[in-house]
Amino acid sequence: MTSAMLVSILMTLIAASTPLLLAALGELVAEKSGVLNLGVEGMMLCGAVAGFAVAFSTGSTGIGLVAAAFAGVAASMIFAVLALSLMANQVATGLALTIFGIGASSLIGAGFVGRTITRLQPVFPAALSEHPILRVIFGHDIVVYLSLALVAGVSWFLRRTRPGLILRAVGENDASAHAIGYPVVAIRYAAVAFGGALAGLGGAYFSLALTPMWADRLTAGRGWIALALVVFSAWKPGRLLLGAYLFGAVMTLELQLKAAGVTWLAPEVLAMAPYLATIAVLTMMSLGRRIGRLDAPACLGKPFSAS
Amino acid sequence: MTSIITRRRLTFGAAAASTLPVLGRGASAQAPLGVGFVYVGPIGDHGYTWTHNQGRLALEKEYGAKIKTSFIENVAEGPDAARAIRQLAQAGNQLIFTTSFGFMNPTIQVAKQFPKIHFEHATGYMRAENVATYDARFYEGRAVIGTIAGHMSKTGQAGYVASFPIPEVVMGINAFHLAARKVNPNFKTKVVWCSTWYDPAKEADAAKALIDQGADMITQHTDSAAPLQAAEQRGVFAFGQASDMKSFAPKAHLSAIVDDWSGYYIKRVKDVMDGNWKSGAIWHGLKEGMVKIAPYSDAVTPAARAAADEVTKGIIAGTLHPFTGELKDQKGVVRLKAGEKASDEMLSKMDWYVDGIQA
Repeated sequence: MTSAMLVSILMTLIAASTPLLLAALGELVAEKSGVLNLGVEGMMLCGAVAGFAVAFSTGSTGIGLVAAAFAGVAASMIFAVLALSLMANQVATGLALTIFGIGASSLIGAGFVGRTITRLQPVFPAALSEHPILRVIFGHDIVVYLSLALVAGVSWFLRRTRPGLILRAVGENDASAHAIGYPVVAIRYAAVAFGGALAGLGGAYFSLALTPMWADRLTAGRGWIALALVVFSAWKPGRLLLGAYLFGAVMTLELQLKAAGVTWLAPEVLAMAPYLATIAVLTMMSLGRRIGRLDAPACLGKPFSAS
Repeated sequence: MTSIITRRRLTFGAAAASTLPVLGRGASAQAPLGVGFVYVGPIGDHGYTWTHNQGRLALEKEYGAKIKTSFIENVAEGPDAARAIRQLAQAGNQLIFTTSFGFMNPTIQVAKQFPKIHFEHATGYMRAENVATYDARFYEGRAVIGTIAGHMSKTGQAGYVASFPIPEVVMGINAFHLAARKVNPNFKTKVVWCSTWYDPAKEADAAKALIDQGADMITQHTDSAAPLQAAEQRGVFAFGQASDMKSFAPKAHLSAIVDDWSGYYIKRVKDVMDGNWKSGAIWHGLKEGMVKIAPYSDAVTPAARAAADEVTKGIIAGTLHPFTGELKDQKGVVRLKAGEKASDEMLSKMDWYVDGIQA
């Protein structure tokens, strides 16, 4: 394998992992606050279509990204009102949000089918972003760097800040957090909104960077992978980063192996590879008890009423 | 689900159809003929379903007030399809086109309940007195773009973004490769199976992987324009699928295989109007205009143009069959003797690759 090919594979890998990382990171924060929102796929699609529509109309992918984040928040608020204020079942509401997102995005997107935009461009000057080797580090668009910064930011927030501690407390024991005076529902609203914003951004990464066009169900189920990644990461941002890139690597390698002519493996086996890898890692994690404690937030998915 | 749109549009269609006089429909020559369509994807996919909808629009243009068309899009292949087909039948349509292979059994099933309604199923093999089938020889178009690829590839390698190894797809890969190899005997075609008809991000990554491995011509048998966009980004050439996809990749797009169902639809509506409709099976290609070649881009060299035109003309005239022996498969087994042409039966069951294909 030549170095040019290796660089190219790494570039594809990073691009493929970024939307997974964003959506999963948002969901991680929501789940840390005790809310299980299965509507990630729906929120991603809302972000994808809003990002494309706005970028197409304004000619600015930057404004498109902002719009995508807002669209994700708006979609997540439908969930929040139902699941947090009206205490609907979170699993059912999240699934409904996904179905809603698929329908709404296809309705809004109907007028944009067949249109294209200029894809998100690398942030660094061409000398770096098109350098044959250095482009692995400098050749990406703003969202890639933003996603990495967000991992660091969320990790720091959850572990080192007081609001982060409170958010975790709400997720671990909502009744106690409420008893000592924290607004449980408001905090969960904020966490769900953050999750929506990142899911929206992750979705927009498809329509603005990976395939700069609108097409129905553009995310093709990546929202579900993001949900699995949160479990995979045992609710730890650092491990989430690892998981997202591992997943992206397996997805990319699968195609690269096929293109390189690895024919002794059936294509279906290669297509399964990312999922087999997930199962393998989950198994290893649960075997290594101390490293891999699956510490889900204790109140995950439970409705809370401050009565 | 996307049926939000579907239901809305269906309501319009059903409302329109219900204005038909229910009694004495056959006797009244003035009553518009109801023509229904069941689509597997969204009409906005710019690919397969889009082209069928273009056929429906052509019908409206041709017959105006003499017909009423309605359609249901995004119909899943399965039990839901029977419901959608029945709904169109109950709405008073007299001719119903079901446009995906997976609608075959539901079409037959519903057709039994409505013996007076004419059904047409695309790409299937099950027929009945009131169920006809129709399909297009896409492989003929693939032979034309394969010729262009053979002429224009500098690396002598093409990348094929494929969906599932079913005969239809295998046939297309073989036709493309054979045509390219006629131009360049050392030509290689590399296939990446995506195990999906539609996943734009994965299709794009598959195209990138093929380009990484040396392909400078990308072609596809998946439904989104994403491989073309990947080719555009990497500065290699590519071909559109089902419709002219130039708008997605102005520099990369050399030409495209275009599905054109309008001629067939117009004919079949006329048959119903004249009382001449009969069940049957057709498999039309370049000659009948069901398969077309999109205009070549400026990048296509004069030599490639001439060669591609010649292949098109030869297929139309019947002097050239894309599958003509001697033909060996990957294992060196002779599948067609020198001068022998593949039968339709052989094509429709094809499960082997021509020598030189990496799949």
